[in-house]
Amino acid sequence: MVTNISSFGRSGLSDWVIQRISAVILASYTLFILATLLLTPDMDYPQWRALFSSFAMRFFTLVTLLSVLAHGWIGMWTISTDYLTPRMIGSGANVIRILFQLGCILLTLLYLVWGIEILWGN
Amino acid sequence: MKDNRPVNLDFTTFKLPLPAITSILHRISGGFLFIGLALLLYLLDQSLESAEGFARVTEWLGNPLVKLVTWAVLAALLYHLFAGIKHLVMDLGIGETISGGVLGARLVIAASLVAIVAAGVWIW
Repeated sequence: MVTNISSFGRSGLSDWVIQRISAVILASYTLFILATLLLTPDMDYPQWRALFSSFAMRFFTLVTLLSVLAHGWIGMWTISTDYLTPRMIGSGANVIRILFQLGCILLTLLYLVWGIEILWGN
Repeated sequence: MKDNRPVNLDFTTFKLPLPAITSILHRISGGFLFIGLALLLYLLDQSLESAEGFARVTEWLGNPLVKLVTWAVLAALLYHLFAGIKHLVMDLGIGETISGGVLGARLVIAASLVAIVAAGVWIW
């Protein structure tokens, strides 16, 4: 089995499964939010706030954020290991790729913490 | 090894078939969403912060530039969603032939074009 230390689940098969489970969660959340906004064209602040105050919505949103973390990381890792290689961009590629991957991890963690703050901090 | 054998690894001269175009667009839209999520989180943050914040977001969404950026993020999201659904369908073993791949790619482009135009109408 091919494993890679920098991939999300340490193996391609694990990443493959996580990518698909998180995709279904992300699709469900996207459709739910779009449907909510379309069915409530005159959404006002109390309604919007009440929606995000419910435990179910906070749970759904947090699970979605965790899915973004996994899904986005696996996607950006795939992109970086395909294009940021010595063959594609030259000898500095390994350093550039690792810096790029660190940046992606930092951004996804930022999204997660920011999201938690939005949900429970406001 | 014979060094005069014909080799063409110049990607710029390759013509991408339609499924390859939808595949690379799936990647590009994914990378764009990775950054665009910051905008969505910012709008959510402001809109939940206070009634004033909610009013601010509503006002921003009336601005043509904000409308355009929001539409771009929404377009990437819708495209990525449809291309992702096609991926899951193909994982089930449906449409894995060459003609099935082309049909799937056409369906993804058709569905996302309709959804993206509808999103544009909704925003404006």
